[in-house]
Amino acid sequence: MYDIKALYEATSVANATELLLAHPEADVLAGGSDVLVQIREGRRAGKELVSIFKLDELRGVKMEEDGTIRIGSLTSFSHITHDPIIQKHINVLGEAVDMVGGPQVRNIGTIGGNTCNGVTSADSASTLHAWDAIIEISGPEGIRRIPIKEFYIKAGKVDLRPGEIQTAILIPKESYEGYKGHYTKYAMRNAMDIATTGCSVNVKLSEDKKTIVDARIAYGVAGPVPMRTPSAEAVVKGQPISKEICKKFGEAVLLDINPRDSWRASKAFRCHIGEVMAERGLEKAIKRAGGVF
Amino acid sequence: MIVGKSVKRVDAVDKITGRAKYTDDLCDKGALIAKIYHSTIGNGLVKSIDTSEAEKIKGVVKVVTCFDLKEKHYFPTAGHPWSTDPHHQDVADRLVLTDRIRFYGDDIAAVIAEDEVAASQAIRAIKVEYEEYPVVLDPIEAMKDGAPQLHEKYPNNILAHTTNIKGNYAEAIKEEGLKTIEGWYETPTVQHCHIENFICYCYEEAGRLHVVSSTQIPHIVRRIVGQALGIDWGKVRLVKPYIGGGFGNKQDALYEPLCAYLCTQVGGRLVKLDISREETFACNRVRHAMKFHIISHLRPDGSIAARKVEVFSNQGGYASHGHGIAAKAMNSIPQLYPCDNVECDAYTVFTNRTVAGAMRGYGMPQVTFAIEGHTDDICKEMGISPLQFRRKYLMPLGYVDGFSKNELYHDSFNQCMDKAMKYIDYDRKIKEYANQTGDIRRGIGMSVFWYNTAVWPISLESSSCRMVLNQDGSVQVQLGETEIGQGADTAYAQMTADVLGIPFEMVHTVSTQDTDLTPFGTGAYASRQTYTAGFAIKQTALQMKERILKYAYELTRMPIFNLDIIDGNIVRTTDGRVLMTLGELATEALYSLQHSEHITSEGTYQIKSNAYSFGCCFAEVEVDIPLCKVQLVDIINVHDCGTLINPALAEAQVHGGMSMGIGFGLTETLLYDEKTAKPLNDNLLDYKLSTFMDHPHLEAQFVENPEPTSAFGTKALGEPPACPVASAIRNAVLQATGVSINIAPLRPHVLFERFKEEGLI
Repeated sequence: MYDIKALYEATSVANATELLLAHPEADVLAGGSDVLVQIREGRRAGKELVSIFKLDELRGVKMEEDGTIRIGSLTSFSHITHDPIIQKHINVLGEAVDMVGGPQVRNIGTIGGNTCNGVTSADSASTLHAWDAIIEISGPEGIRRIPIKEFYIKAGKVDLRPGEIQTAILIPKESYEGYKGHYTKYAMRNAMDIATTGCSVNVKLSEDKKTIVDARIAYGVAGPVPMRTPSAEAVVKGQPISKEICKKFGEAVLLDINPRDSWRASKAFRCHIGEVMAERGLEKAIKRAGGVF
Repeated sequence: MIVGKSVKRVDAVDKITGRAKYTDDLCDKGALIAKIYHSTIGNGLVKSIDTSEAEKIKGVVKVVTCFDLKEKHYFPTAGHPWSTDPHHQDVADRLVLTDRIRFYGDDIAAVIAEDEVAASQAIRAIKVEYEEYPVVLDPIEAMKDGAPQLHEKYPNNILAHTTNIKGNYAEAIKEEGLKTIEGWYETPTVQHCHIENFICYCYEEAGRLHVVSSTQIPHIVRRIVGQALGIDWGKVRLVKPYIGGGFGNKQDALYEPLCAYLCTQVGGRLVKLDISREETFACNRVRHAMKFHIISHLRPDGSIAARKVEVFSNQGGYASHGHGIAAKAMNSIPQLYPCDNVECDAYTVFTNRTVAGAMRGYGMPQVTFAIEGHTDDICKEMGISPLQFRRKYLMPLGYVDGFSKNELYHDSFNQCMDKAMKYIDYDRKIKEYANQTGDIRRGIGMSVFWYNTAVWPISLESSSCRMVLNQDGSVQVQLGETEIGQGADTAYAQMTADVLGIPFEMVHTVSTQDTDLTPFGTGAYASRQTYTAGFAIKQTALQMKERILKYAYELTRMPIFNLDIIDGNIVRTTDGRVLMTLGELATEALYSLQHSEHITSEGTYQIKSNAYSFGCCFAEVEVDIPLCKVQLVDIINVHDCGTLINPALAEAQVHGGMSMGIGFGLTETLLYDEKTAKPLNDNLLDYKLSTFMDHPHLEAQFVENPEPTSAFGTKALGEPPACPVASAIRNAVLQATGVSINIAPLRPHVLFERFKEEGLI
């Protein structure tokens, strides 16, 4: 039995905005795998909810005319993993969200919910940061699109204004074309866990596969929100492929990441594995991109 | 013969189709819902409780606080048989609600409401004022002068201190040429994590309290409810339906006394108390965390000249099962590796952690981690093969324990080790994995253990059984020994079928224990039931058979000594002729106008023996040193638990125990805030119970040496599989890396610190 004050079911995106404006205290309900858990815990008990769960127009993955990959915010993790467009162009995102929770959560949990809850450990968030994703938001003022980096304001807080909902996540063609990625989830067990640290790396190699043209790396749980590490990216850009450059890449992430000490893991431990994950992640991404050591 | 065959579980179809009824399925949906207000401090006093806002919430029927108790009936909770000798009774230190808080989450008030939402809202509206005391979480800290004191009667928080002394340790260590090897070993606080949280409900009828509960020990809980409420034990009826596991947590009276008390506070209306997972972690029972200090003095050949052992067991806030666990752990060492000069001390100490009680293995997984880890430390230091050390210095063939009279009748240890070695290719791998370098290394490790069967002679062992013959020749069997998921009902049916001479399908085990109807038995614990119930089943079935054959004599005029029951028929043994079916006999017996008789049999068997159960675990791991991670690659347990009653069920039992051992060894630990004693990870996300994805194939094998004292050749298997696993994994990591890791679980946090100390990262 859940302690819910009222449940309003939106019939369209515009209707969701109307409902949220009419009930400013209400929370948005998508798959419910976070919100319902928090109601049970008492944290959100007695809340009004606006459910967008039935808005099928927010489900599915599409390729737009300009080559942008459009992921509807209500697309479930399992649908993303099995989607042919994702598998062809940004397979690593499908791999990353396949590490969320267990099968039941992956069937109900949505990528929109995973990003809107603003937590640093979300398995989709670091990969979306590494791919320079754009967040599409609809609200009373119409539609706006912002880089995912700007979407995250602070821990648990994202850039959603009154009446707004996230409607899609977009990956522009220039972000993915020619890139291959690798995601490492470091957790204490192999299923049903949140990341102690998550690390997503992608690279673009030169045509002869000998030089790193570009590399992008993003972390979950290396700071209060998911984050890129520009220092490491700069170190390897334009460099020939080698084991040494991967090691330098790992060392350079320490200039940027800033995990905290908590009972879950110490800062020193998170920094240590963060370095190892970057080094190994880059190696694996390079191999996937056709590079050899 | 049905015994020894892997017949299908009697409850398989009902359980997998969801038809089987558990406590919540049985509870009337109109029940009032109770919820508990748990203290938000770890040590102190309740000064006042303001319930006014809670009482205003719609749907709230009553709020009861610790200050409402009119009479204080302190009661013990441990699921031990009652002792009529006051010196052997469990410590009575609990109240249904308390104003003296001894752990974070202690029970200080409760709400009874018409539904769950109202009850939860009322809990959040209760305001409590405390007088807060400092907390202590570690047993060694708690023993120091000046530490916070939990119970007035126990100075320095020591619930009990016992010793096990043999020979002269102080003299023995003076022998020349001895090498001293010393180590500290620590095991974590872990929880049972049975799938069904504790739940019970209670209503009053005909002036008695009827409690239906998810428990392992219905007859014991009936007694405790009577003690807790200060009413005659006969005024309580306890019913135990199917339960979703217990692993020892439900070998305690958990919240039946509180639920029964709350029922009396609302005029005997039906009250349900359904415990959440968070409460299961914080407010039920946990495994005793232990610290071991072992000093061994060894001769150059590896023989142990003298040994000193100290055990510090973390009891948490209340006595529950108390010192039995630490004592069992301590006493196991001199039996596993006999030594002429031993000095052992075990302390059980109150702290502000969650109350520790019974958990599968009852101290043995803890001590096995310590002593088997220590054994491999000795082997590494002395350059002896871990296998050869054990072959030479383990409990020898023919060993008899003076107290229990248990005996090692067969070469069980070596037989088990031989099987495990063969499966895991030990000889080849131990060589191949020696002296590795690089980031990722493999290792192989082993551990042995012994375990008792049942609790004799420390405590009562008896089992009572009733059999009733139906018109068709089928039989109901009732026992106080409970089905808790392990397959007990199936094993009982197999034994009954064989002794009576009827087909397995004609035995109906009555699964539910109802203290109004079921003969007395103390329940599921101590890996006792197949052994103890076996005696009662055999005695009752033999008596039943005698009565049937006596009636058969009346009908056939054949002498009893020429009659037998074979496959459900009355057979003349002299020529093998079937004279009648058992069904024909039973129908005639019930409806006969000449001599009508309901053929039944019932009796108690008191067991005055015990039996050693043995086994080992071999594990292979891959250690990723930079990532501080251990991956279990392969693992095997081999057990000598005597004759197997049902090999498939035995194997399943071993799989479950291995899984528990893997979590204990690698991931599980309940953490507490040092300042407040608040549990930090009291949920299944943050508490890292191992999952299916964390297990390799679990290999279970057996050596079947029939146990001579047993009615069916069987002995303990319930708990043993959990005992040797963590230590085998720990020793495999030692072989892989050369690093002794003495804190379980071997989680990355621990490996990170140890690998840094050893310069590996």
